[in-house]
Amino acid sequence: MKKPIYMDYHATTPVDPRVLEAMLPYFGVKFGNAASRNHSFGWEAEQAVEKARKQIADLIGATPKEIVFTSGATESDNLAIKGVVEMYAERGNHIVTVATEHKAVLDTCKKLRKHGCDVTFLAPHKDGLIDLDELRAAITEKTLLVSVMYANNEIGVIQPIREIGRIARERGGLFHTDATQAVGKVPIRVDDDNIDLMSISAHKMYGPKGIGALYVRRKNPRVQLTAQMDGGGHERGMRSGTLNVPGIVGLGEACAICQTEMAGESVRLAALRDRLKDRLLAGLDEVYINGSMEHRLAGNLNMSFAYVEGESLLMGISDIAVSSGSACTSATLEPSYVLRALGVGDALAHTSIRFGLGRFNTEEEVDYVAARVIEVVRKLRELSPLYEMAKEGVDLSQVGWNKE
Amino acid sequence: MYSNKVIDHYENPRNVGALDRSDPRVGTGMVGAPECGDVMKLQIKVNEETGVIEDAKFKTFGCGSAIASSSLATEWVKGKTIDEALAIRNVDIVNELSLPPVKIHCSVLAEDAIKAAIDDYRKKNHGAGGSAGRS
Repeated sequence: MKKPIYMDYHATTPVDPRVLEAMLPYFGVKFGNAASRNHSFGWEAEQAVEKARKQIADLIGATPKEIVFTSGATESDNLAIKGVVEMYAERGNHIVTVATEHKAVLDTCKKLRKHGCDVTFLAPHKDGLIDLDELRAAITEKTLLVSVMYANNEIGVIQPIREIGRIARERGGLFHTDATQAVGKVPIRVDDDNIDLMSISAHKMYGPKGIGALYVRRKNPRVQLTAQMDGGGHERGMRSGTLNVPGIVGLGEACAICQTEMAGESVRLAALRDRLKDRLLAGLDEVYINGSMEHRLAGNLNMSFAYVEGESLLMGISDIAVSSGSACTSATLEPSYVLRALGVGDALAHTSIRFGLGRFNTEEEVDYVAARVIEVVRKLRELSPLYEMAKEGVDLSQVGWNKE
Repeated sequence: MYSNKVIDHYENPRNVGALDRSDPRVGTGMVGAPECGDVMKLQIKVNEETGVIEDAKFKTFGCGSAIASSSLATEWVKGKTIDEALAIRNVDIVNELSLPPVKIHCSVLAEDAIKAAIDDYRKKNHGAGGSAGRS
């Protein structure tokens, strides 16, 4: 078993060797610009781009012309939301989204709010799922766009996308979903799922960083966007800039691999994830799972280990790469806003860890991780005044803490 | 990310444990809040004759730097008089552990924990023990 063990696949994934192999020629002999119409170098590059466009479209049940290449999901989110708001400004100015969205959506909406948009941020239930009645009630005749992520990056919770899309459509709004964590992990059909715009990232699905795509529906309805990047008019005018041909080839190949392996992979990952969960629950008391287990990505596990601060736990398992929902690992001192939105108290949010399992994790690694986490949590609880008080029967919520 | 001294205190924390709260010679300080991600409990046991802190224990909920700061604080207060212990400043802890700016609050909390423990001891003993053992 090689260490450190990587179990943070929601942050990023390694490039699959098969993807890398497909990409390599496009850094070398096949270096052409896909927009060069007058020679074979350009044609070769264009052919590769169109093949990738089809591979991506096939994975999500779209047509190749509906795929717009971007630098990644953050850009796709920006283009979808700002592009719709700008394009349809005369029809309305309202966006409905959710408090647990990625910052690429939340901060884009917050910026638009400064420029006169109304934004409704729905609060999810305790399990992370949104309330469809609340969604229905939030949509007004001014609503241009509903933006709800497919699967959450921290808690892995999968929203009822098909119903959300239906509701948005019924009420005359467009539906955008940030599917960064979902594409290649769960079966997506943009028509059945009532999706009008969808953000895609390569590096979460064993492709390279710096490349992504935006699905833009062309029929029923035809969605138009105001470009956010002006220039040579690439990507049917929606996103100018010379195409990142090696990246695009990588994204295409990553999609093709996911299409054939997704079904088996998700069964394998769910089994590994459940093995990890069961071992942790059996080995420790006062461990809590954040978010719905039923509607969840196969590789995701988000747990709070009460009375043990997340960063101190990460420090104890330094040969394992996982992510903490607690303050100190990130730049801010606030605990995860996603867990907060679920109603997880700050005290418990500080003790949460996100495990992200993926393609290259093994059962041996899961067993090692479970054993190490149990060992370190036990050690840190011996060090924790909160654990001591809880064991003495003190109700920690009734203690007069000095919160500065 | 962490200095070797922080790692050492995290892996081998000094003076972990608890002293008897009801003992009049024991002062207990608890600072921070679970919602903020840091709680330190620091206890001292003072020799009534000499005013010297003979023993100190801690337990901390918090990041590695918080654990190291409180572990170091117990090491430093042991053998000091109360007045000497009161002179410990958070910057001393920052320097000793090479804490980065985002972790300075851990050292502040450790200084507060020392003060809170001494305060508790003094309240129990009606302000006695301040500079009793100084020579």
